Amino acid sequence: MLKTFKLGGIHPPENKFSAGQAIQIAELPKVVSIPVAQHIGTPSVPVVAKGDKVKVGQLIAKSGGFVSANIHSSVSGTVAKLDLVPDSLGYPKQAIIINVDGDEWLETIDRSDALVKECDLDGPSIVQKVNESGIVGMGGATFPTHVKLVPPKGMKAEYLLINGVECEPYLTSDHRLMLEKSDEILVGTCLLMKALNVDKAIIGIENNKPDAIRLMTEKASKYKGIQVVPLKVKYPQGGEKQLIKAATGREVPSGALPIAVGCVVSNVGSAFAVYEAIQKNKPLFERVVTITGKSVQNPANLKVRIGTPVSELITAVGGLPEDTGKVISGGPMMGKALANMEVPVTKGTSGILMIPAKEARRNEVQPCIRCSRCVSACPMGLEPYLLMTVAEKNLLERAESERIMDCIECGSCSYTCPASRPLLDYIRFGKSRVGALIRARKN
Amino acid sequence: MNMTIIYTVITLGAIGSSAAVILYFVAQKFKVYEDPRIDDVEGSLPGANCGGCGYAGCRAFAEACVKEGDLSDLYCPVGGNDCMSGVAKILGLEAVKKDPRVAVLRCNGTCEFRPRVNAYDGAATCAIIHATYSGETGCQYGCLGCGDCCAVCEFDALHMDPVTGLPVVDEDKCTACGACVRECPKNLFELRKKLPKHRKIYVACRNEDKGPVNKKACEVACIGCSKCFKVCEYDAITMGNNLAFIDSDKCKFCRKCVPVCPTNAIIETGFPPRRVKEEPAESTQVTS
Repeated sequence: MLKTFKLGGIHPPENKFSAGQAIQIAELPKVVSIPVAQHIGTPSVPVVAKGDKVKVGQLIAKSGGFVSANIHSSVSGTVAKLDLVPDSLGYPKQAIIINVDGDEWLETIDRSDALVKECDLDGPSIVQKVNESGIVGMGGATFPTHVKLVPPKGMKAEYLLINGVECEPYLTSDHRLMLEKSDEILVGTCLLMKALNVDKAIIGIENNKPDAIRLMTEKASKYKGIQVVPLKVKYPQGGEKQLIKAATGREVPSGALPIAVGCVVSNVGSAFAVYEAIQKNKPLFERVVTITGKSVQNPANLKVRIGTPVSELITAVGGLPEDTGKVISGGPMMGKALANMEVPVTKGTSGILMIPAKEARRNEVQPCIRCSRCVSACPMGLEPYLLMTVAEKNLLERAESERIMDCIECGSCSYTCPASRPLLDYIRFGKSRVGALIRARKN
Repeated sequence: MNMTIIYTVITLGAIGSSAAVILYFVAQKFKVYEDPRIDDVEGSLPGANCGGCGYAGCRAFAEACVKEGDLSDLYCPVGGNDCMSGVAKILGLEAVKKDPRVAVLRCNGTCEFRPRVNAYDGAATCAIIHATYSGETGCQYGCLGCGDCCAVCEFDALHMDPVTGLPVVDEDKCTACGACVRECPKNLFELRKKLPKHRKIYVACRNEDKGPVNKKACEVACIGCSKCFKVCEYDAITMGNNLAFIDSDKCKFCRKCVPVCPTNAIIETGFPPRRVKEEPAESTQVTS
């Protein structure tokens, strides 16, 4: 019997078309626009000016606080300007625009493929290096990794969980990374364990990736303390709290962080980035992005420099299919539809999906028939139909007492609703209002 | 038989009178004094409970009027000056006089002028669209067209125009309660001075982008060129954030700013048609 989380969950069609495609290196773009706010927390502060020459891996924006991350140039060339560029939501955000000229890397970066296992850095120096390299959670939430590695006073991490679940349909970037860079991920895991001072690490992988499970289990046996746990396929198992429940049986209390139950969760992409940062001295400036869709000619997993416009990636897989109705950044469940194809790839872009128009369109909204399917699907044990109503009526105190802030925005409720009600739209809106209310109360 | 009736009447009478005595003392003990003027003031208010005064309904406003003992900060926009002078008469105070106001939508991005560049099919409320992304057009400051303002209007003064996709204010019904001003997530409504014959001159744009950017998104966007600012003789126009703003209290309605606007972002309504100037070309012909 495979492990999984208990409450709720759904089984959307997997559609992992690009699972068999090896990671390819994307062509260098001519211009990149690198946003200074690619992570949760304070935006970074640019340290370059117009006309400056930059090399690949050079620091271009400094972390703006503790919960923030450094940003490094992903290309070599000249800084064209610092300007406002629309982000994936369409609102202009500060970005550094660089005209690409050649591909000149900083000399300090080790560009060889050789595996480096030994590391003589101690825990705090690893955290320091992770901080300097601008590593954030690569699963999509983009929470700065160094913050997770320093547990609050009085709390002790016991387990490191490496998230190789990739429960979102379509996406295969983590899957490919585990197949092609398994040793690097395991060394990265060891480094994270050292930084956290824990001796147990669990790599959770869903059972729809048997090749990855086999390979990782075989390789993990050579590393002390790392265990690979196959998990039953169920969305949203890649959610931090769901993964902890599935892999360790522990439940994160409402409103608390995973560290409250002695767990720290990190994505396989982040573990790989940590390996590269520490063993190869390479900061985070590129990532694997899945570009796929039902009508896409050549679905692919591309290694993309941060700041590359999405339109160039679409060209790389054979152009935008004619029947496309929506282009989504991220997975189909939690990703965001793009209003503009010139949006740059950021540290949190795990995939670009082109969804055919007839699937992308939402059905007509009908009245709630109280079937309670959303309640059984909710992995957090909430009542989505009720949360939607209280959010719609702006009953913020009621929404708060119904635990609206516990919603992880996985979209299982909207997915199961037979009346096609926009449950998550309203809940997300209610969350933002309740969040503002809570902040106002604190001040 | 008769005795049973008598006993019953006596018993019930005794219970009734003792309860009456208890209730009398309780009522004396817990008596709440309420100023009778509150009821009078409430009666003279419009009773719309719209919250336009900043209080939770007309009763709360009436209580505030009586309690404050000064009407300088209190004003009922719905009732206007007549209503406030009535309140002042009841309380024996002096009421402030204010010019009547009307809500004005500062966006003219109709379907024609501001083409849609993407399609939204999520929950159809402006508040949610605003929280989700910048909107269906290239202008992130403009009207989202879902009619949150119309839904919140208690006076039936706002309606969506299906052709332009923008809300239209019915000036005869608008009471300037400010509900739409508070509701609009893009902050497009403004309460401006109300003139006879619906006369208005205002900049119908809130786009703070630079000229070339917003011109691409909307044909009638204010590009911040300052031409109107230079032509205004009454200091009524201020420039800021690539945007012109006409102060309706300072504006003398000379209409000089309207023709100089290169994008027709300044709107005038309720004025008689302009006199057509004589063709200067003819006069030059005569002299030559």
